[in-house]
Amino acid sequence: MESFEQENPADKPDSAPQLSRFHWYCQGLKGIASVPAFILMMSYVGFGALAQEAGLSVTQAAFSTAVIWALPSQVVLAGALAAGTSIGLVALAVALASVRLTPMVAAWVPVVRDPQSTKLSLVLMSQFVAITAWIVTMNRMPDIPREGRGAFFVGFASSLTVCNTFVTILSFIVAGELSDSWRAALLFLTPIYFLTSLTAAAKLPSDRLALLFGLIFGPLIYMTGIQLDLLFSGLLAGTLAFFVDKQIKKRAARG
Amino acid sequence: MNQTFFSVDAWWWPYVFILLAGSLPTNMWRWLGVFVGGALRDDSDLLLWVRAVASALIAGVISKLILFPSGPLGDTSMLLRLGATAIGMAAFWLCRKSILAGVVAAEAVLLVALFI
Repeated sequence: MESFEQENPADKPDSAPQLSRFHWYCQGLKGIASVPAFILMMSYVGFGALAQEAGLSVTQAAFSTAVIWALPSQVVLAGALAAGTSIGLVALAVALASVRLTPMVAAWVPVVRDPQSTKLSLVLMSQFVAITAWIVTMNRMPDIPREGRGAFFVGFASSLTVCNTFVTILSFIVAGELSDSWRAALLFLTPIYFLTSLTAAAKLPSDRLALLFGLIFGPLIYMTGIQLDLLFSGLLAGTLAFFVDKQIKKRAARG
Repeated sequence: MNQTFFSVDAWWWPYVFILLAGSLPTNMWRWLGVFVGGALRDDSDLLLWVRAVASALIAGVISKLILFPSGPLGDTSMLLRLGATAIGMAAFWLCRKSILAGVVAAEAVLLVALFI
C-alpha cells in the first residue's frame, strides 16, 4: 500500500526553496502515521521486553534506542551484556551485527543528497538510517524533488527515533503482561513487514534478484557456522544478483 | 576492556558501556557509508552493486528471523512460520502489493494457529 500520499511535486514547481524544504519536512513528519512506522513501533515493543529480561533499567533501555537506533545491534547488546560479556567483546559483536549499515548508507547518500549537502550534514543525518527509514527512503524519494529529500528524510526518520524511544519506555513498563503467543506474534511482525516492504521497494531488476538470492543465501551461510555470516551472504547474493542482471540486460540488448 | 555491564558500581557506567559497546560500533559503519556513498555517481554500476549488496543483506536478516528466531517465536513450529509467511506474501500480491494486507494475513494465520 502507499502509506502516506501527498500531491504530485511536479504540480507546484514555483514554491520558494525555503518554503518547500519546510513543506517536505512536514510531509516527512506526517509519515510517522503510516504502516511502516506503526510496525516498527510494534517491533520495539519486543525490545522493551528483551531489555527488561537482560537487566537494563528503563532509562538505560531508552538511552540505547536513542543512541544506537538499530534494532539488531540493540538485540545483540542486550543479549551479550546479560551474559556478563566484557565490553570489548560486546563492542565487537555489535560491530559485526551492523556492518550492513555501510552499504545501506552508501546507497542512501546519492538518493538524499542535494547540492547544499555537506559531509557533516550527511554524517549527522546518517544517524537516523536503519532498515525502516532506508526502505521508506528508497521507496518514496523518486517522487520527491531533490531539494526536498533531505528535509523529508530528517522529518520522517528523526520522528521515528523519538517515537520509538518512548515506545521502548512504555513496552518496558508493560513487559511481562503479555502471553507467549502474543509476544511471538509481535516478534513475527518485523520479518514479515521487512519482507513485504522490501519487495514493494525493490523496483530495479537487480534489487529484486538481490532480495531473492539474499533470502536463500542468508540461512544457508548461517548454517555453515562461519563468522560474519550475514556480511558474506550479502556480498555473495548481492554480487551474484548484479552479474545475473548484467547478463540478462546483455541478452536483451542482443535481441 | 575486561569490564562488564555490571562490574563498575557507578550510575554513569551503564551509559558509558552502551555508548562504547553499542553506539560507537554501530555508528562507525554509518560514517564510513557516508564517505563511500559520497564517491558514488547516481547512475554508476558501482552504486547498483552496493544497492544489491545492501538489499541482499537485509533479505538475509529477514530469512534468518523467520527460520531461526529467538524467544517465544522460536518455540513455534517452522512449518507454521513458513506457512504464515507464504499466505502473507500471497495476500500482499493479491491485494496489489499491499504491505498492510500481507502483514495482517500472516499475523492472522500465526495467531489463529497459536490460539487453537
